[in-house]
Amino acid sequence: MGAKGRKPRLAVWKFASCDGCQLTLLDCEDELLAIAGAVDIAYFPEATRGKIEGHYDISLVEGSITTSHDAARIHEVRRRSTTLVTIGACATTGGIQALRNFADVKEYTSVVYARPDYISTLADSTPIADHVAVDFELRGCPISKYQLMETISAFLAGRRPVTPPHSVCMECKIKGNVCVMVAHGTPCLGPVTHAGCHAVCPSYNRGCYGCYGPMETPNPTSLTHRMKALGMGQKEVQRVYRTFNADAPVFRKESERHDP
Amino acid sequence: MSLWMTRLSQPPGKRHTMVEKVTVTVDALQALLDQLKGRGYRVIGPTVRDQTIVYDEIDSLAELPRGWTDEQEGGHYRLVRREDDALFGFAVGPHSWKKFLHAPIVELWKVVRNGEDVSIVAESPPDQRFAFIGVRACELHAIAIQDRVLLGGQYPDSHYRARREGAFFVAINCGEAGGTCFCQSMNTGPAVESGYDISLTEIVTESGRSFVTEAGSEAGLQVLAALPRRPAMDEEIAQAKAVISRTAAAMGRQMRSDDLRELLERNLDHPRWDDVAKRCLTCGNCTMVCPTCFCTSVEDSSDLAGETASRSRRWDSCFTMDFSYIHGGSVRASARSRYRQWMTHKLAFWVDQFGTSGCVGCGRCITWCPVGIDITEEVRAIRDSGSTEG
Repeated sequence: MGAKGRKPRLAVWKFASCDGCQLTLLDCEDELLAIAGAVDIAYFPEATRGKIEGHYDISLVEGSITTSHDAARIHEVRRRSTTLVTIGACATTGGIQALRNFADVKEYTSVVYARPDYISTLADSTPIADHVAVDFELRGCPISKYQLMETISAFLAGRRPVTPPHSVCMECKIKGNVCVMVAHGTPCLGPVTHAGCHAVCPSYNRGCYGCYGPMETPNPTSLTHRMKALGMGQKEVQRVYRTFNADAPVFRKESERHDP
Repeated sequence: MSLWMTRLSQPPGKRHTMVEKVTVTVDALQALLDQLKGRGYRVIGPTVRDQTIVYDEIDSLAELPRGWTDEQEGGHYRLVRREDDALFGFAVGPHSWKKFLHAPIVELWKVVRNGEDVSIVAESPPDQRFAFIGVRACELHAIAIQDRVLLGGQYPDSHYRARREGAFFVAINCGEAGGTCFCQSMNTGPAVESGYDISLTEIVTESGRSFVTEAGSEAGLQVLAALPRRPAMDEEIAQAKAVISRTAAAMGRQMRSDDLRELLERNLDHPRWDDVAKRCLTCGNCTMVCPTCFCTSVEDSSDLAGETASRSRRWDSCFTMDFSYIHGGSVRASARSRYRQWMTHKLAFWVDQFGTSGCVGCGRCITWCPVGIDITEEVRAIRDSGSTEG
């Protein structure tokens, strides 16, 4: 991956985000030495003050684009990176802050800030792929450390990362989980949500919150019909689709069908 | 006993010898569990977990779902109390024995780098034999189907074989038909006919709950000989027969199955496929819970240092896009084509491939579909309005 005689250089970049996905890299406690052994962590403000100018073999990009400054900066990151991987819901679908896309951001700033004229922000929160070419997208809010390790390992080996885009239901069934929707009547976004979390919420008898965004061929209209039969109202349906991946097109469309 | 060999040569329903029926008490059932454990089996049976009846490792009779039953409908399962203290008064649940015999994830092998050399290390098969308690007629048929699929061809699946060979089956004749059961329509139940080591039928006698029991194999005879028992009385045998007739008459679902192959083949463009595609979530739940669905995908992984790589396989589904991905994209891109593939394979083209239907009428795909799509209803809709000519 890297040029001859040196380890591949890895950079971690932050845009509009909560840092949770970057922290997943630090959360790889037991594997962190192996990661540091395999790649040169050349730029990672969350973990180190060191900074290396130049080119990076792998860039992990966290966060969405919400300012004109960031809209320009992502192009600089793209220029400096051989492989650009977005990590997490913000970078991949615009994140929770994409709720602004459903409202008037000027109205928000006038209510929240004493001096709204100090605030320089874009009307929308948009995913990285809306601005530059992205080589691979890692889903989740936050991402899974196993999928992060898998992605880095795969790029180092020159193979395709194994991050299946099927439903969370498949993960539940492989684990032997009991379906919370069928057996308990708990509304669950698992059938329309991209796998990757090892079905963490249903494993604790909670419905899936859709942190990984839409699965490959989602059918939210049919799922919503069922969730309503289980007692969900118009507003609740809108809310479950408007969370971490609110502006993912399929979730957006379904939430807009349920304006109260 | 290598059951799969006898299963392959001896289809269900063809038993040659009359076997003595005996009656055992509930206490003897605990002795059965102890016997099996003592003989080195890993004993798996039904038990209550997460408000359902799952299959898991059990030590004692107290772990069986005594006094529980289930209420099942399309997309709906509820655990409910029975009015009596029946031990097996429920239908099949979210799990099937496939979970143990055709495991969801199997490590196949790994390769380790030693300097310039590499060595390949095969994963060793499990060294423990399973004993399954409370296997239903439909489930024995499902296992026989997986035997044909995974062991019957030119390249038998050694991983399945390692788990399947030497497994011990304690079957139970169903005393309760579930809301989504239709084994009667598929000729796979509710009476167990073959493929078991010991069969039980739960009845009520003066001394409480008892089981009319018979051995179906040499291994079963040996285990049964070690249990406290007495010859079954005529009225007990009659009662056991009545249990089966009652269950057969109470099926939650029905599906005419004698002409499915022709019916579906001449209706491959029926508008019902578009209708079901609107409801289908393509989530794969039906295939995961189906006791005969056998498809898997193989995945490779490697470590960061590039020192070891491993290959494993996991359950996959004809409902995922990756499953039929070839150069240029997925062969079955629409939900319509994927649902049709699943159902026509299961009910029609399975016959061409493996000599039987792929459906045993257990009803799991109906109950565990999050939106309650009902295979019997889909067939009925096609039958009622479909093309009658080829």
